[in-house]
Amino acid sequence: MPKDSGIGASSKRREDVRFLTGAGNYTDDINVHGQAYVFFLRSDIAHGRLKSVDTSAAEGMPGVVKVFTGKDFEGVGGMPCGWEVTDKHGAPMQEPPHPILAQGKVRHVGDPIAAVVADSLEQARDAAEAIDVDIEELTAVIDMKAAAQDGSTLVHDDLKNNICYDWQLGETDDAKVDEVFANAAHVTTLDLVNNRLVANPMEPRVAVGEYKRGTDEYTLYTTSQNPHVIRLLMCAFVLGLPEHKVRVVAPDVGGGFGTKIFHYAEEAFCTFAAKACNRPVKWTSSRTEAFMSDAHGRDHVSKIELALDAENNFVGLRTNTYANLGAYLSTFSSSVPTWLHGTLMAGNYKTPVIQVNVKAMFTNTVPVDAYRGAGRPEATFQLERVVDKAARELGVDPIALRRQNFVTQFPYDTPVALTYDTGDYNGTMDKLEAAADLAGFAARRAQSEANGKLRGLGINCYIEACGIAPSNIVGMLGARAGLYDAATVRVNATGSISVMVGAHSHGQGHETAFPQVVADMIGIDESMVEIVHGDTSKIPFGMGTYGSRSLAVCGSAMVKATEKVIEKAKRIAAHLLEASEADIELKDGQFSVAGTDKSVAWGDVTLTAYVPHNYPLEVEPGLEETAFYDPANFTFPAGAYACEVEVDPETGQVSVEKFTAADDFGNIINPMIVDGQVHGGIGQGIGQALLENCAYDENGQLLSASYMDYAMPRADDVPFYGVDHSSQTPCTHNPLGVKGCGEAGAIGSPPAVVNAVLDALNSGGKAVDHIDMPVSPSRVWAAMNG
Amino acid sequence: MTQVSMTVNGKSVSGDVEGRTLLSSFLRDHLSLTGTHVGCDTAQCGACVVHVNGEAVKSCNMLALEADGTDVGTIEGQSNADGSLNVIQQAFQDHHGLQCGFCTPGMVMSAAALLKENPRPTEAEIRKYLEGNLCRCTGYHNIVKAIMAASGQDAGSIAAE
Repeated sequence: MPKDSGIGASSKRREDVRFLTGAGNYTDDINVHGQAYVFFLRSDIAHGRLKSVDTSAAEGMPGVVKVFTGKDFEGVGGMPCGWEVTDKHGAPMQEPPHPILAQGKVRHVGDPIAAVVADSLEQARDAAEAIDVDIEELTAVIDMKAAAQDGSTLVHDDLKNNICYDWQLGETDDAKVDEVFANAAHVTTLDLVNNRLVANPMEPRVAVGEYKRGTDEYTLYTTSQNPHVIRLLMCAFVLGLPEHKVRVVAPDVGGGFGTKIFHYAEEAFCTFAAKACNRPVKWTSSRTEAFMSDAHGRDHVSKIELALDAENNFVGLRTNTYANLGAYLSTFSSSVPTWLHGTLMAGNYKTPVIQVNVKAMFTNTVPVDAYRGAGRPEATFQLERVVDKAARELGVDPIALRRQNFVTQFPYDTPVALTYDTGDYNGTMDKLEAAADLAGFAARRAQSEANGKLRGLGINCYIEACGIAPSNIVGMLGARAGLYDAATVRVNATGSISVMVGAHSHGQGHETAFPQVVADMIGIDESMVEIVHGDTSKIPFGMGTYGSRSLAVCGSAMVKATEKVIEKAKRIAAHLLEASEADIELKDGQFSVAGTDKSVAWGDVTLTAYVPHNYPLEVEPGLEETAFYDPANFTFPAGAYACEVEVDPETGQVSVEKFTAADDFGNIINPMIVDGQVHGGIGQGIGQALLENCAYDENGQLLSASYMDYAMPRADDVPFYGVDHSSQTPCTHNPLGVKGCGEAGAIGSPPAVVNAVLDALNSGGKAVDHIDMPVSPSRVWAAMNG
Repeated sequence: MTQVSMTVNGKSVSGDVEGRTLLSSFLRDHLSLTGTHVGCDTAQCGACVVHVNGEAVKSCNMLALEADGTDVGTIEGQSNADGSLNVIQQAFQDHHGLQCGFCTPGMVMSAAALLKENPRPTEAEIRKYLEGNLCRCTGYHNIVKAIMAASGQDAGSIAAE
């Protein structure tokens, strides 16, 4: 029986009511009295030397408050990078400065050169047109492999080359890896591209800076997944402000998908300019501006080699990847191709020898950072594509080949630095085979063929690592932050509860799911518990929401704080019931003395905590507890996906006919929300596989800078999805046994789609090994007719 | 500046606007009806869909002056008279047809326009009709399901789970 409340119930989302009635409070809905508007003049040249920026005409334009250029930010800090990667020779990564407004050079189309603050946005935009910018155009560095060559034009003149780092993980002895490959019975090799994407949350970024002269206090309203991280970075590294004088608010946020993790120049600018102009300053990104300034995702070019023995056991894996970091280091960009990618190359398999090589490149493109999955989709795509290709070359069933090589004993130490605590990959594959009705595929293929279409089935597995932690380990790996989280459980006198959490909800439904946990622990109605998030002045601290970490990390902090509350409440109840604390039990919101009919209600105990007349003298009044939680390990969700496509042999058009996901997320708090997270991830994964591509020409012009040119998946590009979460191996090291579900769909689905297309083409007699994403009709047609 | 007058959610309103002021800006900035969202610059995303004289219109693609004298409906005017969610809004909540909520006003307004002209649309008809509304969160599954449910169809048995 499905539960109707508490842990495991598909409680309807309470936040929906405001979103469905137009009563949400997104950052662009916030207007501060007296605010001015900023328009950023952005470079339309990918690479050039700034010879002069003449703002004199603009300064005299109607409504203009002040015009800023890079000179105004000399002596002010630049945008920081939060992760120092050490290269394979022990040297720190090359870390060039990233000024708020361009200084000396522009390094990508969209790099901000000047900012006009005016009474209205239209006046600011008009005045920006009057700024006279003289740029000496330089050769644009776009192709990653060319950028790595000696003698390439330098994106940053002060660096020795365009290589941020040359990094390695796994087996360091090249000769040993060579020997494994030399002795292999079979080697499968694949060159592939993980296409550059733009996250595209539907809400563009917005920042409103406010400064109060009387108290020397700043407020920044911003579209962020992690307001405390923004405050810390901006105060400590960019503007040099005392944190206690800065409040950062991230109210309702219209989607993030990673791209709203990072600290952006526009946030620091609006905060800085609010004081400089003595007026609130608001910036609202246009969509085209978003394409030119939101951090992009993916953009890897890889060669992967898989060695198998005569029994088809995986014996070795080697990858060589070029990763594009763009023109500057975005906040967590350096960690994505390394610790979030290389560590996942074992996948679900017990391959004994793995070597991962990554060269990360500076180019004259928008900075690249984490996008839903962040490194894990890139790892999964490589691995699951090469395994599929190996199965085809060997003439074996792709599911059987995977099953044969699955990790089956846990905990399992991979050759690439992780310890998987738990999982059941065969069990999850069993669920997939049933849920996807793989037995019925042959009949469906025959039906498609009767309709003149080729039908293909693509299978893949994935494993991901969520809730990146613990802080002491990630610190050793170069993280410049801790990766714990915090929660305060504040019980009010009448028994209702406010929970201040460091996680930030921007679509994930925390306002509904988190109360389910607290209410369940106490045995009270969910409506008595409210979640407060997104405001540094209201919550204790928080690292925010990304990497599918909210429930596993912040949820654990919330559980710990609730446990402290219950423990104290039991002491109060014991006093009221004149019993020993050890005998007090809490069930359904009633404290009772074990083995008796004596009890006192939750509300009576909470009232006593705040009206402590009949009260234990040794206990402090009040009922509020805070907990910080630093996980012992990552969590490891895993799954198996099946995609069925039809290919029109006349046009190369691919249609996704059926998509089934079987995931193991451990325990689940709200199945409805979990299903929704998987649906959304699959939608984005199908988008990557078939439609989306962020394209630059050889001069660094961004060709896909609007929804006219960047193909977002639409409702008629995708089918209904089948999802099965009944395979559950609870996480062994957090109190809820949860793993995280936010990114799985986007990680697991692209290889399933591509594998399906290739299966369709091969079933039609076309021996096609690989097609790069997006698998567009023209690419399919060319592969069929090449 | 030119004065513009129209009926919005049943109330007469007027304001002074520039020739270039978009209907979406008039609703958001002049009337503080911030439920209508703007997600792109090219009339592709549909977050700004409102009803003008009963037709679904992208309010970012219409000048406020063009709406002079019209009857405009926005998301703020969709609830039942007693303030409860209407059938479409309720179906979106029941079927988890929204996550971050940013595209939601446009989705609800488009769905209302669809069901007005086609009270019992098929899955394919719904997907086709929504080609002007982008959602990045849901993968559309639960939006399509919610609209089918709002039209009185048994969405649970149609959508594979």
